Amino acid sequence: MKLPIYLDYNATTPVDPLVVEAMMPFFTESFGNAASRNHAFGWQVEQVVEDARESIGKAIGAGAKEIVFTSGATESDNLAILGAAEFYQKKGKHIITSPIEHKAVIDPCHALEQRGYEITFLDVDKDGCIDLKQLEESIREDTILVSLMAGNNEIGTLNPLSEIGEITRAKGVLFHTDATQGVGKIPIDVDEMKIDLLSMSAHKLYGPKGMGALYVRRKKPRVRLSPIMFGGGHERGMRSGTLNVTGIVGFAKALELSMAEMAAEAERLTGLRQRLFDRLTAELDYIFLNGHATERLPNNLNLSFGYVEGESLMMGVSELAVSSGSACTSSSLEPSYVLRALGVGDDLAHSSIRFGMGRFTTVEEIDYAAEKMIVAVKRLREMSPLYEMVKEGVDLSTVQWASH
Amino acid sequence: MAYSEKVIDHYSEPRNVGSLDKSDLNVGTGLVGAPECGDVMKLQIQVDPETKQIIDAKFKTFGCGSAIASSSLATEWVKGKSIDEAMSIQNTEIVEELSLPPVKIHCSVLAEDAIKAAISDYKSRNEG
Ligand SMILES: Cc1ncc(COP(=O)(O)O)c(C=O)c1O
Ligand code: FES
Repeated sequence: MKLPIYLDYNATTPVDPLVVEAMMPFFTESFGNAASRNHAFGWQVEQVVEDARESIGKAIGAGAKEIVFTSGATESDNLAILGAAEFYQKKGKHIITSPIEHKAVIDPCHALEQRGYEITFLDVDKDGCIDLKQLEESIREDTILVSLMAGNNEIGTLNPLSEIGEITRAKGVLFHTDATQGVGKIPIDVDEMKIDLLSMSAHKLYGPKGMGALYVRRKKPRVRLSPIMFGGGHERGMRSGTLNVTGIVGFAKALELSMAEMAAEAERLTGLRQRLFDRLTAELDYIFLNGHATERLPNNLNLSFGYVEGESLMMGVSELAVSSGSACTSSSLEPSYVLRALGVGDDLAHSSIRFGMGRFTTVEEIDYAAEKMIVAVKRLREMSPLYEMVKEGVDLSTVQWASH
Repeated sequence: MAYSEKVIDHYSEPRNVGSLDKSDLNVGTGLVGAPECGDVMKLQIQVDPETKQIIDAKFKTFGCGSAIASSSLATEWVKGKSIDEAMSIQNTEIVEELSLPPVKIHCSVLAEDAIKAAISDYKSRNEG
């Protein structure tokens, strides 16, 4: 077993060696510009790009012509939201989303607010689930877009995409989903789920960083977007810029590999996730699960270890690469906005650790990680004034804290 | 974030972790910070009633590695000092000793506050 152990697969993934192999020839040999129409260097890569487009589309039930290549999910989210807002502004200026979306969705929405759009942030319950009835009631005459993610990157909670699509289609409103954490991990079909716009990113599924795509529905309804970047008019005018051929090839290969083993891998990861949870809870008290117990990404476990602060905990498990929602780890000194939106107390937000498992995670690694976590939590609780008080029977909510 | 060697040293082998009997008249207890802010420090001093010197100090901290190191260092520094000397310990000295980066300065402020709170608790219980 090699140390440190990588358990942050929700942040990014290593590129699969098979993907690297597929990409290699397109750096040096087949280096042409896919837009070069007048020589073989161009034609050759154009065909490769079209094959990749076809294969990526197929993975989500879409056609090749509905895939727009971008630099990643951040760009895809921005293009979907800003592009739809601009194009459909005559129809209305109201957008619905949720407070636990990725910043790549929330921040463009806030930017639109500055430009006179109105954004409704739906409520989420303690598990991170939206209320479909509230969604339905929030849709108005001037609503143009609903943006709700497939799976949450911090807490793993899944949105009921089919049910959302049912509502938005019936009301004639576009449905965008940021499926960055979902594609290649859970079944997604844009027709069945009535999705109109879908963001994805290659580096979350063992492909290269800086590579993504936006699915843009072409039929029933045909979705139109105003570009957010201007230039050579690539990607049917929606996204100018010379195509990242190596990235595209790597993305397609990575997604193909993920799709081939998706069901089996989901089952394996769910097993590892459960094993980690069981081991930790067998030895430690005051562990709280963040996110939904079952409706969650197979590879994500987010736990709060009561009365222990997350950054000091990560320092205690330096052999593990995990992440925390604690304020102490962020430069803003604000705890995770996602955990806050769920109503997780700030104290427990500070105590949260996210474990992200993936293709190269082994049972041995999970057992090792559990052991290290248990030792570190116990040691820090020995040092924790809060744990001591709780053990003495003090109700922490009745203590007069000198907040600062 | 990369931690300084001294922070890692105090974090891995914290000095004076534990609790003193808070009902003892010679003990002063300071509890500062708040769980919502991600940091709570309990720092206790034991004062020799004759010499008025701090003869023992203990801490428990809920907070980041820098907060743990700051409080560990604080207990080391107050030991053997008179109350007045301990009162004059500045957070900037802790920052310097531990090479804390700017985002971690508030952890040292908390340690200074904890010393002051423990002393004022001791004083209030020994006056009048
Ligand atoms: C849900 C979600 N959306 C968007 C992004 C941004 O993706 P990218 O890094 O490809 O811009 C991420 C990853 O950080 C994510 O998890
Ligand atoms: S306790 Fe939060 S940054 Fe030190």
